[in-house]
Amino acid sequence: MIASPRLRIPTFGLSGGTLPVALGLLVIAFWVIAAATVQFWPLDPPLDMVARRLQPPSAEHWLGTDALGRDVLSRTLHGARFSIPIAVLVVVAAALIGSLLGALSGFFGGILGAAVMRLVDVTLAFPPILLAMAVAASLGPGLENAAIAMVVVWWPLYARLMRAQVLEVREREHVEAAVAAGAGPFRTLFVHVLPLCWTPVMVNATMDFGQVVLLAASLSFIGLGATPPTPEWGAMISDGARSFYHWWIAFGPGLAIFVVVLGFNFVGDGLRDLLDPRTD
Amino acid sequence: MTHYLLRRLLAMPLLLLGVATMAFLLGNFVKGDPLASILNDRQMANPEAVAAAKARWGLERSIPERYVIYVGNLLEGDLGVSFRTKRPVMRDLLDRLPATLELVISAMLFGTLAGMAIGVLAAHFRNGPVDHGARIVALIGSSVPVFWSGLIALYVFSVQLSWLPGPGRLAPALKPPETVTGFYTVDALLAGEWGTFANALSHLVLPTVMLGWAVLGIISRMIRASMLDVMQQDFITTARAKGAGTLRLLLRHALRNAMVPALTIIGFSFAYLITGAILTETVFSWPGIGSYAVDAARSLDHPAIIGVTIVGALAFLLANLLTDIAYVFANPRIRLE
Repeated sequence: MIASPRLRIPTFGLSGGTLPVALGLLVIAFWVIAAATVQFWPLDPPLDMVARRLQPPSAEHWLGTDALGRDVLSRTLHGARFSIPIAVLVVVAAALIGSLLGALSGFFGGILGAAVMRLVDVTLAFPPILLAMAVAASLGPGLENAAIAMVVVWWPLYARLMRAQVLEVREREHVEAAVAAGAGPFRTLFVHVLPLCWTPVMVNATMDFGQVVLLAASLSFIGLGATPPTPEWGAMISDGARSFYHWWIAFGPGLAIFVVVLGFNFVGDGLRDLLDPRTD
Repeated sequence: MTHYLLRRLLAMPLLLLGVATMAFLLGNFVKGDPLASILNDRQMANPEAVAAAKARWGLERSIPERYVIYVGNLLEGDLGVSFRTKRPVMRDLLDRLPATLELVISAMLFGTLAGMAIGVLAAHFRNGPVDHGARIVALIGSSVPVFWSGLIALYVFSVQLSWLPGPGRLAPALKPPETVTGFYTVDALLAGEWGTFANALSHLVLPTVMLGWAVLGIISRMIRASMLDVMQQDFITTARAKGAGTLRLLLRHALRNAMVPALTIIGFSFAYLITGAILTETVFSWPGIGSYAVDAARSLDHPAIIGVTIVGALAFLLANLLTDIAYVFANPRIRLE
């Protein structure tokens, strides 16, 4: 409808050095490797679980054990198997769907283009977490449904971004030349326009990974995402919240979320400075 | 400018209709039988009970019919009846609104004031230890899951140190003050009950800080950036040449101008506050709209979830509109199409 004045989240000024970016990449690499390999690691043996329930951190259980005697560190590492792939899946799906619809809407316009943008406006009128909650509740609890809900919440941002890019690029001279040389509309869009529009989408996607990890964990914490006994971080914190005298149950998974989000923020900030020369 | 604002205002009813439509679709295309969340298994097996429930909740009508009724009801402020509390959702929300407002307003105040102070300090001591510390505080605020930091804070300050009370708005032994505004702190003051006031205030501290932290992060970065910008301008040099002291220079001359862009971030922070309030209220057992939404979601109470979503969208749209207006008025150089 009408573009609201663009407000930009201020950077954290991490651009000064490459250190934060390297640190962020290191953190992300650690969790990606954990997500990929953790299922091959020896899971702690399910013996005597009741005997060792609710133990505070010790040399044997670095992050303690939960109410069922499960090792919190082991479960936290296993949590990467859910959080990391879901974040990737949601961001990629939202970016692809949003970019495609935004590009078509910007390039062809017309009633369909207008309809897409009205849908974008309405979706963006909801506070993200509330819409995600409503969608997830309609679909029923479960990680897949939470993921679908997050894509529903996230795609409009990419549609708006991509549309603005396409509107700008399609006026350039090389596009005019391509059309004059006889390129059809789809060839023009996909070969001559889109390749020049990807940079801001990529930057935004990087910045969004952390936010998606956070929202996914929030939904699970609320009880709409992963359900017990899945070792998902948000669900584990919800478990720990029941008795905050046993602080260590929630500590490990919360720290994992915090570190992952921080890592993606570091990398996103750095990438934005690298690819978007407009920031100082 | 007037043209732009007018167009924004004219778009509002359409957006609201869109919001209502989306909410209706979400509420009516529920996976599984919506009756399953109202009736128990034995009642579900009884055709009479099912028919009665269908009639009671209007489920025997066609979808377009239900849509028209729904939008009509919305216009009258009727959000339907909660499956869980069996009360009108609007009444539930109004009952819980003061608790949420008290928390959100105090978090906003804390985040804005502390964020401004930290932003000014960070700009003044640029690249020094204070600046780095401020950066870390801001980064933590925007990366930490509030449902986790809240738990840690409760454990440290309530369980271990006993400096602050645990969850809730008031000690269970105390009677809430007579309702005037619905804010326990304000009402206790009005009633002259100092003990209740102190108790309510101490209950407010942890959730306020945890919720306001994200806002603090955004505002402090914003103020720092625009302070650095303003401090380079000629009128600052002039003021300094005329003998203004550092404090006067920073607060009277620089901050007043640096605040213009930060003013507009308030609407933006509102999105954080809504998200944050839902999670913060859950951790701190705060009886507001946020914890109501979570309880509704957990028990798949669809009318309540949809009701909260609509009210949230309304607040969100309003905040964005006010932000746009503030943006235009605070900075006349901005021209909107």
